[in-house]
Amino acid sequence: MRYSGLRVFTQGLLGNTGWKPAWRKPAPKAEYDVVIIGGGGHGLATAYYLAKKHGITNVAVLERGYLGGGNIGRNTTIVRANYFLPGNSEFYSHSLKLWEGLEADLNYNTMHSQRGLINLFHSDGQRDAFARRGNAMLAQGDDAVLLSREEVREKLPYLDYEQARFPIYGGLYHPRGGTARHDAVAWGYARGADQRGVDLIENCAVTGIDIAGGKVTGVQTTRGAIRAKKVAMVVAGRSSQVAEMAGMRLPIESHVLQAFVTEGLKPVINHVVSFGMGHFYISQSDKGGLVFGGDLDFYASYAARGNLPRVEQVMEAGMTLMPMIGRAKILRSWGGIMDMSPDGSPIIDRTDIDGLFVNCGWNYGGFKAVPASGDSLAHLLATGRPLEVAKGFRLDRFRTGRGLMDEEGTGSQHNLH
Amino acid sequence: MRIDCPYCGARDLREYTYGGAAAYLQRPEAEAEAAADDAAWDAYLHLRDNPAGRTRDLWFHEPCATWLEVERDTVSHEIFATRALAGVRT
Repeated sequence: MRYSGLRVFTQGLLGNTGWKPAWRKPAPKAEYDVVIIGGGGHGLATAYYLAKKHGITNVAVLERGYLGGGNIGRNTTIVRANYFLPGNSEFYSHSLKLWEGLEADLNYNTMHSQRGLINLFHSDGQRDAFARRGNAMLAQGDDAVLLSREEVREKLPYLDYEQARFPIYGGLYHPRGGTARHDAVAWGYARGADQRGVDLIENCAVTGIDIAGGKVTGVQTTRGAIRAKKVAMVVAGRSSQVAEMAGMRLPIESHVLQAFVTEGLKPVINHVVSFGMGHFYISQSDKGGLVFGGDLDFYASYAARGNLPRVEQVMEAGMTLMPMIGRAKILRSWGGIMDMSPDGSPIIDRTDIDGLFVNCGWNYGGFKAVPASGDSLAHLLATGRPLEVAKGFRLDRFRTGRGLMDEEGTGSQHNLH
Repeated sequence: MRIDCPYCGARDLREYTYGGAAAYLQRPEAEAEAAADDAAWDAYLHLRDNPAGRTRDLWFHEPCATWLEVERDTVSHEIFATRALAGVRT
């Protein structure tokens, strides 16, 4: 069923009785060409591009719970391409271009809103760093504008410009940055993959990965054994547990990142704003809630909820930056489980086991990467070669020390990002 | 989350700095260093068991300047045991 404004209108007149489920609920077959473990944004996007770009449709996506129930539903929905380092820069640039065509491509409203993203800076040194980052973005072919304090004040009049601790010197403006509706991205890719023949199998937990003679042969699941020529592990948040089934240890530590949403308010924050000194960022959802977050809790955790010291720090940072939000009531908070890699950049690569691939290590940047990540892994699965924009995301870069992508410049060890 | 310091008792999370997995206590031996055994160093610096459940990791208690090894659960945040690392070879 193709979606359109006319169909919404006519269905409205018919009492919305004519809508069909957006994807099938197939039983798993005995064998597939490709099995993708993980029905989140990255897994579904991989399946979609495998079918659409490479014509590989004998594919199953195995999801332990329900589609889109993991980190694709637990993020702060920000889409941007403001990376600095070669390796990251072209990848996120590619991803943003895919985002810009995504709704037409999927025939699905992902509510992608390029409302602009402003990273504030608070010192001369930070201004220099952001000017350099902006130049790197321009050199990549993306957009960046260095705003003065007065130009920031025109766009964001509600910030506290009088506070002395972290004075606002200006901001790096990325007009094509913005937000999207996180669940809709998963649903849109799921529907597109299903329409092309991919089996999306929910409530199907993988319990083992079958390997014979150094080659992957299939997976064991709670719904029976499934043979596969190729298997991709796309389970950021649980990567270490799934990799362990293949006898692998990954360069990943799992950390919790908290986020918060307030009650719905009238439109008040028109951009995505980040306050680097306070580790605070905020946007307003189309429903009106202020969506914001801060830094990691900074200890290994799978709890999907954080601790109060970080809650307090995020609230303080928000109040320091924009005191007006103090009257908004917090509706809820949640924690997403982040695959943290030593250099803060992701991994899309083959493994030492023939036919077994891994997509992990998205740190706290996985949402905006979904389209390019799916495109890159699909290309690697289909052709055996990495997509040009993702060739830096190698699994062995920590062992060899070659091609580390330490975007924050803090070092390439755990717990520094 | 409150962590038991052997010297100070149960203290709030705010007083602690996280030091990473207890794997940091198993530094490769001098022979590995001499042989430039990058697999051993990779395992030490980067690769992690990263369990969802019982784990051991390192925490620094700032008020008394003590490094601790903490056994805890990464899902429930329950603390099972702590010990001071003073005198332990690292």
